[in-house]
Amino acid sequence: MPERDEPTGALVRPYAVTRGRTRPKLEIALEALVETTVRGRSTGAGRGGSEHQYIAAMCDGGRVQSLAEIAARMQLPLGVARVIVADMATDGLVAVYEPTSLDDESDAVGTELLERVLSGLRRL
Amino acid sequence: MSRRPAAGRVTSAKIVIAGGFGVGKTTLVGSVSEITPLTTEAIMTSAGVDDNRQVPGKTTTTVAMDFGRISIDRDLILYLFGTPGQTRFWFMWDELVRGAIGAVVMVDTRRLADCFAAIDFFEHRRLPYLVAINCFDGMQYHNAQDVRDALAISSDVPVVSCDARNRESTKNVLISLVEYVLTMRRSRAVAPA
Repeated sequence: MPERDEPTGALVRPYAVTRGRTRPKLEIALEALVETTVRGRSTGAGRGGSEHQYIAAMCDGGRVQSLAEIAARMQLPLGVARVIVADMATDGLVAVYEPTSLDDESDAVGTELLERVLSGLRRL
Repeated sequence: MSRRPAAGRVTSAKIVIAGGFGVGKTTLVGSVSEITPLTTEAIMTSAGVDDNRQVPGKTTTTVAMDFGRISIDRDLILYLFGTPGQTRFWFMWDELVRGAIGAVVMVDTRRLADCFAAIDFFEHRRLPYLVAINCFDGMQYHNAQDVRDALAISSDVPVVSCDARNRESTKNVLISLVEYVLTMRRSRAVAPA
């Protein structure tokens, strides 16, 4: 039994790392890719705490990771990971690469992406 | 702010893997993923997704999604996201289908009705999908036409058979889906507005 009076338990603890914030500064897709910037690498023990350092190390050296991977590997709820990564992007510690939009069917960029996916799958 | 457009840089895409509980979604993802499938969780309260405002009497639900990753080339990563088992977690499906290439609806012909909700959802959202009959133990209990008739799906929706445990088989399912999406896209792109 908890000795301290914790308001609602399970939900509060994950959000403690975001100081209670649930709204990210940027919307980031599940599959958006995150890469540590030069600044993120050199910041080291910055003001963001251990979560920032962990993410900066995870997404460094060309090992881009999606928001979903970051959340899963840190065992954080998706919404919590999104707030942290958005903070880091705002501070220039990571770059966020959003997925290519497929909405416009006449758009050559989307078609080219699908062609790349197709030939990549055939090569597997 | 370090938020750049994807053009010419590393980018990602996703395919949604749907179907009833125990139909083999995670098996399919795992057979072709370069990483052991991971699980990500989202929290929903009765006050909204990932909302922790102090609302008296609210209830909370955790929704888990399994996913895998395929590096298509150095600059392009494809993710496969399994839908949460229970279709009542629609709030998560919205995020899953947003920007997706398309969906694979996995079917166990002994429990065909389990996939109805997924098909309804994708049709409503106009997300292209194909139906993959997972042949457990190499057995296919119904042929593709029977399944197509039972699901009352459009004749252009591909219906394929697969063995979710087999990498080549899973690859072929994904290839069929992307070919289908490309064909539809090209036919619409040339059609008059």
